[in-house]
Amino acid sequence: MSVNVNRFKCGYCGACVGVCPAGALELIETWIEVESTCTDCGICAKICPVGALEVE
Amino acid sequence: MKDKYDVIVVGAGPGGSIAAKTCAEGGLDVLLIEKRQEIGDPVRCAEGVSKDGLIRHIQPDKRWISKEVKGSKIIAPDGTEIRMSEGASSQKAGYTLERKVFDRALAQQAAMAGAEVMVKTRATGLLHSNGAVCGIKAMYMGENHDIKANIVIGADGVESKVGRWGGIDTTMKPVDIETGAQFLVSNIDAGEYSKFYMGGEYAPGGYLWLFPKGEHTANVGLGILGSKSEKGMALSLLQKFMKNHMPDARILEMVVGGVPVSGPIKQTATNGLLLVGDAARQSDPVTGGGIINAMDAGKIAGEVCIKACKAGDYSMNTLQEYEDRWRDTFGKSLSKSLKVKNMLLKFSDEQLNQLAHSLVGEDVSRMTLPAVLKILATKNPKMLWEMRSLF
Ligand SMILES: Cc1cc2nc3c(=O)[nH]c(=O)nc-3n(C[C@H](O)[C@H](O)[C@H](O)COP(=O)(O)OP(=O)(O)OC[C@H]3O[C@@H](n4cnc5c(N)ncnc54)[C@H](O)[C@@H]3O)c2cc1C
Repeated sequence: MSVNVNRFKCGYCGACVGVCPAGALELIETWIEVESTCTDCGICAKICPVGALEVE
Repeated sequence: MKDKYDVIVVGAGPGGSIAAKTCAEGGLDVLLIEKRQEIGDPVRCAEGVSKDGLIRHIQPDKRWISKEVKGSKIIAPDGTEIRMSEGASSQKAGYTLERKVFDRALAQQAAMAGAEVMVKTRATGLLHSNGAVCGIKAMYMGENHDIKANIVIGADGVESKVGRWGGIDTTMKPVDIETGAQFLVSNIDAGEYSKFYMGGEYAPGGYLWLFPKGEHTANVGLGILGSKSEKGMALSLLQKFMKNHMPDARILEMVVGGVPVSGPIKQTATNGLLLVGDAARQSDPVTGGGIINAMDAGKIAGEVCIKACKAGDYSMNTLQEYEDRWRDTFGKSLSKSLKVKNMLLKFSDEQLNQLAHSLVGEDVSRMTLPAVLKILATKNPKMLWEMRSLF
């Protein structure tokens, strides 16, 4: 699990959740949670409209 | 909250509320859950709808209509403007809504019809029995609950998990999603038309929009195709547009979100489970409009649930009708739109300009969208060869 979510940027829109091929992301209340099934593919970071996600 | 319902609807957007209302009106015991504490907020939408689509489901009400627009203008990369009037581009001309109020009004209709509604209640999984979905796992205020149902309707939007939990792959590839950013701006002259700006400079693989919400306010936003997006690109391109084209505008609200543009997916139902709206990826691949389709799907899903409950059969024997009916109706326009989307993606800005120029001198303002596309195809046969089959 190595996706970092910048909570101060995130607009909790859920777009990243819909594209995650591993189903590792979830929008809970106003934050994104990352599960250990994350494969670091980076798709979420690419499509995030505000650039709140970073894959290390 | 009870232990068991006829139908549980997950997500109180337009799709979920119409589904719940339809089920309740048919005498079913329905629970509508929404994970947010406020239905309709934060908004993830530009709020444009067609009149004819809207009135199929609800009588227009000034409490949730911000503005009636005269029609739409499409602006080519070089600034060439094509005006389409009311009744012409039926997908776009109509109203700009106030979705915070609209979504709530729809949920209220479901409640008034007899549906139970729970906010701040999140589905966290599905219950299964004998290869069929038979309820949900839910969390309310930090507490876990198992709630049974004969049928679950997943109306949980772009971030849908209900389909995946039920074994339906709804994952979008980057090319299947538009990623968007929008400002509600003030201190501008909003005009009477919805505007669509085309071109790679504004929004690669998408478009930039201005939807008037009042004399001096509008939703100004853009969507970029996921496959062309880079980290944070949607917001930074919007900021660039504001700086260059609307330096005096003041931003009252920021909206971000993704909208499915995949076209029809293979499967939207399984034993004991139906998916509607963005959860079923039913938004339009060209415009990104999904409100009316979600409501249409919710209505069909509700009607099919009523039949299934009467028959006491919640398997695909009865639920197949949902697949058939949505694919036979708005599903057809989704497929056409997907072809148009793929074609538009191949065009350079120069080619888009050329298409716009070929309409100069034509009075397209009273034509339907297919009629306009037909003229385009006749005047640009080489470029639009693939489009012939669409009419
Ligand atoms: C930037 C942008 C602009 C758009 N502009 C337009 C436009 O102008 N016109 C148009 O027609 N469409 C537009 N759309 C698309 C439109 O917003 C959607 O198609 C529409 O909202 C889909 O309705 P829905 O009911 O399927 O889902 P939604 O309205 O997304 O509702 C889903 C609901 O489910 C809830 N939910 C999710 N997961 C759970 C869970 N696990 N448990 C409980 N609840 C859950 C969510 O909180 C949400 O309230 C736009 C989208 C975006 C992102």
